[in-house]
Amino acid sequence: MRSRPALGSPLQILLLACSFALAGYAGVRLFAGDWRAVALWLVGAALLHDLVLLPLYAVADRAVVRALGAAGRRERTLYVRVPAALSGLLLLVWFPLITGMADRPYRSATGLSADGFLARWLLISAVLFAGSALLLALRGLRLRRATKRRRPVVH
Amino acid sequence: MRDDDPRLPSSPGFWRSPLRGPWFTSVLGIVLLVGITLLFVTGLVSYAAYNPDLARVNDQTPDKGILGFYLFAWPTNPYWLYRVTQGLHVTLGITLIPVLLAKLWSVVPRLFALPPARSLAHALERISLLLLVGGGLFEFTTGVLNVQLDYVFPGSFYPLHFYGAWVFFAAFLAHAALKLPTAVRSLRRRREERGEPVSRAPEPGELVSPRPLPPTVSRRGALWFVGGASLLLLVTTAGQSIGGVLRRTALLAPHGGADPGGGPNGFQINKTAAYAGIDATETGEEAWRLVVTGRTGTVRLSRAELLRLPLHSSALPIACVEGWSTEDQWWRGVRLRDLAALVGYDGDPPDLFVESLQRRGAFRRAALRANQVADPRSLLALYVNGEALSPDHGRPARIIVPAAPGVLNTKWVARLTFGEL
Repeated sequence: MRSRPALGSPLQILLLACSFALAGYAGVRLFAGDWRAVALWLVGAALLHDLVLLPLYAVADRAVVRALGAAGRRERTLYVRVPAALSGLLLLVWFPLITGMADRPYRSATGLSADGFLARWLLISAVLFAGSALLLALRGLRLRRATKRRRPVVH
Repeated sequence: MRDDDPRLPSSPGFWRSPLRGPWFTSVLGIVLLVGITLLFVTGLVSYAAYNPDLARVNDQTPDKGILGFYLFAWPTNPYWLYRVTQGLHVTLGITLIPVLLAKLWSVVPRLFALPPARSLAHALERISLLLLVGGGLFEFTTGVLNVQLDYVFPGSFYPLHFYGAWVFFAAFLAHAALKLPTAVRSLRRRREERGEPVSRAPEPGELVSPRPLPPTVSRRGALWFVGGASLLLLVTTAGQSIGGVLRRTALLAPHGGADPGGGPNGFQINKTAAYAGIDATETGEEAWRLVVTGRTGTVRLSRAELLRLPLHSSALPIACVEGWSTEDQWWRGVRLRDLAALVGYDGDPPDLFVESLQRRGAFRRAALRANQVADPRSLLALYVNGEALSPDHGRPARIIVPAAPGVLNTKWVARLTFGEL
């Protein structure tokens, strides 16, 4: 026999009703203009994040782990993941300036040149990857030294 | 059972990361609880700083209703007040982005969980989560785009960001009330155990993957990474609000890096004269007249006549709603209360309605409250740092008021009307 759908916690229902009342009061005003576009942005932001951005970076990350794992270098994952994620994060936040999307309003409003942003982002990314490579090289060096020092003991 | 097919995201087995778990989510949640509350409060403060209840021209959201319940007369002390609150709002918002993304990542299996609703309360909670996630991302996105002058969002920034904040915060409050006990419990349990929760047996519904991949990083390490990402955004942004040599460290921030020019007028510009549509012939010595109206009628003053009035100096910053600001600049000009005295308000300066020559811009007309007009540091400035104002900084004359948001420091002033608004 199929049971009736449960009600759940009455306190939770009450709390959420209060929340919806406030959100509704503000929402009516938020949607007062071009409500279709605003709704698209509100829902679209959630969908774009949950169904596009997150799967994309999760799949990319798993591909890196798998590729390094296949090469027997799984422990090196972080040396790729960290600089790539940081560089991607900076691009995500500052893409209008980096890609020059907002070039014209930026230039005419602030009197500043928007040319430097792409170069600076590339340089920061280069520094992040180079720093990561340096750490990896240092780690390799330390490991090799440690094994060398251990060798006489084996004799 | 179909729900357990690990090829489907609705199955807990689909999610393989060994990092997910109540402790990881709880730490991020607590950080966001504090951070977003601070963002909301500084946002409301910024809204009040515009004095929207003073005059229609200051009010971008005339339908606010009870949402403006807390409004108060914006003070002029301390003079750096808006510089700090708004620098904090924007810089903190940008710094919290990695935490927000990590938090959303940590709970994403919940999005696909089946059945869609176990009860009415659960169904309502999931609808509320759409407002929470959609509203939160909407707020962060509009904010981040606005500071980069990328006005692609559907409408004016002020109402979208203000009403959007209330929609988001309504869902945020409910979420915090529902989840805080769980978060505190899982943090407390972790402290008692002092062990790596990775080794604990999976608990259903607690986000822990039932078939985790071998870890490449510990949960603690992942949190350090999120913190490091926040730190990277902080150090490449904060300099645009702090100024000085640190401005150079704000490598990707819109008002970081180099100043637009050298010399006394070389500091950061919000809107250039060209952008505002200022015609150089209107601001010249011959053409420009300041029209001051008050109780006793109207006075028209040329620049030379203004310079014969008592001149005063004050060191004040420009602090923009976009979060950037300048260090204190040395402004020199006529006190607003002295101009009020010229038109019959001697000793009792009233509110002031300021009109600019600019063709464009939501704040080409703005209102200042009596307490702002009365402050002895409030000037109609003609000089900055010992030189006449440059066209981009408002030649021939601009308003400068302590602690007021940048746009209320009207440039290219043409007309001042003193009296009740």
